Amino acid sequence: MRRFIPFIIALGLVALLPLVSPSDFYINLASQTAIAALMALGLNILVGYAGLTSLGHAAFPGIAAYLVAWLSTRGGLGPGAAAVLAVAGTFLVAGLFGLLALRATGLGFVMITMALCQIVWGAAYRWTSLTGGDNGLSGVPRPFGDLLDPTTFLWLCLIVLAVAIIQIGRFAESPLGAALRGTRDQPRRMSALGYDVWRIRFVAWLVAASWGAVAGLLYAWYHQFVSPHMLAVTASAEILLMVVAGGAGTLAGPLLGAALVVLLKNLASIWIDRWVMLLGATFVFIVLMMPDGLAPGLIHLRERFRKRMSSPTITPPLASQERIDG
Amino acid sequence: MAFWASQSLNSLALGGLLFMLAAGFSLIFGLMRVANLAHGALFMLGAYVGLASVQAGLNFWLAALVAALAVGVAGGLIERFLLRRLQGRTLPQVLLTLGLAFIIADACLMVWGGDPMRLPPPEELRGAVRLGDLAFPRYRLFVMGASCAIGIGLWLLIERTRIGAMIRAAVDDMQMARAIGISASALFSAVFCLGAALAGIGGVLGGPILSVYPGLDADMLPLALLVVILGGAGSLLGAFIGAYLIGFVYTFGQALVPDLAYVILFLPMVAVLAIAPNGLFGRRLS
Amino acid sequence: MSHKTAYSCLALIAASLLSSSAFSQPEPIRIGFMTVRSGALAAGGKQMEEGLNYCLQERGGQMAGRKVELIAVDTGGQPATTRTRAQELVERSKVHAIIGPLAAFEALAIDDYIKQVGVPVVSPSAAAEDMTQRKPNPWFVRAVGTSAQANHALGEYAAKEMKLKRVATIGDDFAFGHETTAGFQRTFEENGGKVVKKLWPPLNVADYGSFISQLPTDVDAIFASFAGGNGLRFLQQYAEYGSPVKVIAHMTTVDEGILKSMGQEAVGVISSGWYSATQDAPGNKEFAEGMRKAYGADPGYYSVGAYTACAFVDAAAKAIEGKVEDKDAFMKALRSVKLDNGPLGKVSLDELGNPIMDVTIRKTEMKDGRLQNVVIKTYPAVTQFWTYDPKEFLANPVYTRDYPPAKNLGN
Repeated sequence: MRRFIPFIIALGLVALLPLVSPSDFYINLASQTAIAALMALGLNILVGYAGLTSLGHAAFPGIAAYLVAWLSTRGGLGPGAAAVLAVAGTFLVAGLFGLLALRATGLGFVMITMALCQIVWGAAYRWTSLTGGDNGLSGVPRPFGDLLDPTTFLWLCLIVLAVAIIQIGRFAESPLGAALRGTRDQPRRMSALGYDVWRIRFVAWLVAASWGAVAGLLYAWYHQFVSPHMLAVTASAEILLMVVAGGAGTLAGPLLGAALVVLLKNLASIWIDRWVMLLGATFVFIVLMMPDGLAPGLIHLRERFRKRMSSPTITPPLASQERIDG
Repeated sequence: MAFWASQSLNSLALGGLLFMLAAGFSLIFGLMRVANLAHGALFMLGAYVGLASVQAGLNFWLAALVAALAVGVAGGLIERFLLRRLQGRTLPQVLLTLGLAFIIADACLMVWGGDPMRLPPPEELRGAVRLGDLAFPRYRLFVMGASCAIGIGLWLLIERTRIGAMIRAAVDDMQMARAIGISASALFSAVFCLGAALAGIGGVLGGPILSVYPGLDADMLPLALLVVILGGAGSLLGAFIGAYLIGFVYTFGQALVPDLAYVILFLPMVAVLAIAPNGLFGRRLS
Repeated sequence: MSHKTAYSCLALIAASLLSSSAFSQPEPIRIGFMTVRSGALAAGGKQMEEGLNYCLQERGGQMAGRKVELIAVDTGGQPATTRTRAQELVERSKVHAIIGPLAAFEALAIDDYIKQVGVPVVSPSAAAEDMTQRKPNPWFVRAVGTSAQANHALGEYAAKEMKLKRVATIGDDFAFGHETTAGFQRTFEENGGKVVKKLWPPLNVADYGSFISQLPTDVDAIFASFAGGNGLRFLQQYAEYGSPVKVIAHMTTVDEGILKSMGQEAVGVISSGWYSATQDAPGNKEFAEGMRKAYGADPGYYSVGAYTACAFVDAAAKAIEGKVEDKDAFMKALRSVKLDNGPLGKVSLDELGNPIMDVTIRKTEMKDGRLQNVVIKTYPAVTQFWTYDPKEFLANPVYTRDYPPAKNLGN
């Protein structure tokens, strides 16, 4: 549990943001970052630990968001009941999708996940009587008595995020998590050793989908509006970018990646018109300087810094050098 | 009767367009195992460069060549200075090509503005041709022919030339190819340039039908991916068949089952991949 | 006078000058402008910016004697980003009013938020019917009509004056396309016409070929409702197939913003709208010529929408003598604006926040070396309810793909 302390401290500092923030805007931005981080953490289970690159992860937050929105507006349920049913519903759909998607690997997996998400998107767009089409579903009520205070909502998101970090961190270090990483690195060998590679991946898929669903709940409550845009390929691609830029396979990576993308998108645009280009350039820069992502890259930098601090500054000349000069 | 005839022609035209879009992507993925997610952006860049050339006074064909050259060079620079450093690493390549896609798309918006623009077909290919009862656009017949020409040209390149033999050797067994002296890095650069050039010329040749507008890249990339996956990555024949198959599925699908218009391409994709995870003709996709 | 006295006099004068300047320099009116600068909707966003800047320049950058500070933000055409930008404007920049956003789904995304924070919003382009019908927001008005407002007129004109009997429709498969087509279909069929086929190409379909081949050639006209750049693509492709049937359209299909990039294929299209760069409204000649001079092209849907939104805010600010901090008074004034001299001519807002204005039937012609929408008939003071009783109208469901039901398909 000790290794979670830095994370808890970091989240605690963010929780104190409302005390120093000049306006609600930054508190709301922090909530958005937390929700994005949750989505990225879920995807990281697939991309980082299982080695399965998914371009359709937005389907899980999307389905959960639509379910909770529909159930608590047209369905007449309270936010709590709607939330439970939404996660359960997403879990079931994820099970079905997993059966289909996990038949492929590599680029085939990328494509089938994208196709599945596009099918959900198409349904959301076209089935207007149910989903409102591109006009979406608005007026989604928040839980806990219509929780409109930004600070309290931020704390809710941070608590959920903390639980996710701990659960996923422990999952990664558990025997199942180790086996999962085994299937990422050496699938044939794992199979030869008797591990049911498919089953292990399926469990990982369901865990990733479940956290995606929880993120979808927070998303629907934060925006109080759901529309097909959250299911588009660009949405999935954005989550993937967060994971990869932050550092797939690490616990801090998705958090850093989410912060990077959300802050770039929403703060940079205040000062820079061409923020899309800046976003692209940042990704290119990261991939060239730190191909494994921000988290491993920063750790690497810290190691090099430490080495430089501890090694002697004077290196004795080589004996052979003396011979050459002399 | 007229329905089947006209929609078949439309399917063939759409298939031709999709093949011109996807050929470059298939080539690059086949050899280098790189999913170039900037492909849509390169296609759009080609369309804009072609349009600018036409507006500057060049005729359509020259403009297409200029676009192919320009985008080919851009591709070469991308491969040589950026992609090469990430050899074999899929996730960083995804990050890089997506980042480049953002940059190229925003640069096009910055240079040419947001207005959608028409790229008119050359004089000789305007208007419709009468085929019995039907009127069918002359330009779309050209697109069908052009895609076949490109397909045959690529096939000849790969099957009948020395460089094609090198490509085939490298695709089959990279280690052995290197062992017998084939320079993988030079080959990669050449193939990436060619793939990019194909994207560029595809943008110009597709322009008279699609028009040129911001967002063209995002609309085209999923289609390119679909074609390549369905047909099987790395197989030129697969890309060709995949393109035409998608042309037919889409055209007839949305006409016969309009409610499924938004998902008509993805349902068969899921079905095919669930049954044949490597696509219809492809080698291992992982 | 001693040095001390002189200095204290000087200090007093300086102090009074400073404090009086603080009094005579009121804080600027901060207006948030939600536009789109990236992605597919960027063209519309730019035109909005042009219209808005023109309006501010006309007024010397002032409204009701106070300087205007315009804070522009880019929503990227995404609902999630739109909400964040709205929060930025309200919480960080503390704006007094918002002009924007561009798209209907963007406006819906911030609907609840605007209700919560209570900031006046004037949309220059969002046309979704329900926003001023069954789901009105006390803080929201708009400077453009509903999707169906002009199409009610076109349906009647097509049946009664063009004497069309059978029409097929084709439109973007999203709410705007559905609502515009529904408005046309309703009045067209009520006046004796029949809509025999309805096609809905997906919003960003690559190629309209397969849809064009499904359009019947034995009808009297095709009603085309496309937004953004799709009108350009559709008309061009339809011409490639020989334009077998006459095209009548919604204003965005031949909007000045894309008309400038079109060619022969647009000539002869009959459309309906509430604005044409050629229309004879008292303020329009000056406006259209001024915009042409400044930006090189005729103003269209987005430019005039943003200009009018700005004019509304100006009129409202004047009505409350610049005291925009009083949000309730500001909103009340906004809802009561009446303009006479803008490019739209006489405009006022109805109770639900939707403009009442003249609707024109136009024909696209080549004039003065460029394509223009020439007015051929005017329907004065059209509301969002056409000639129907508002209560009955609102009791019906909102216009969708299937409402009003198409009873004549296949005839």
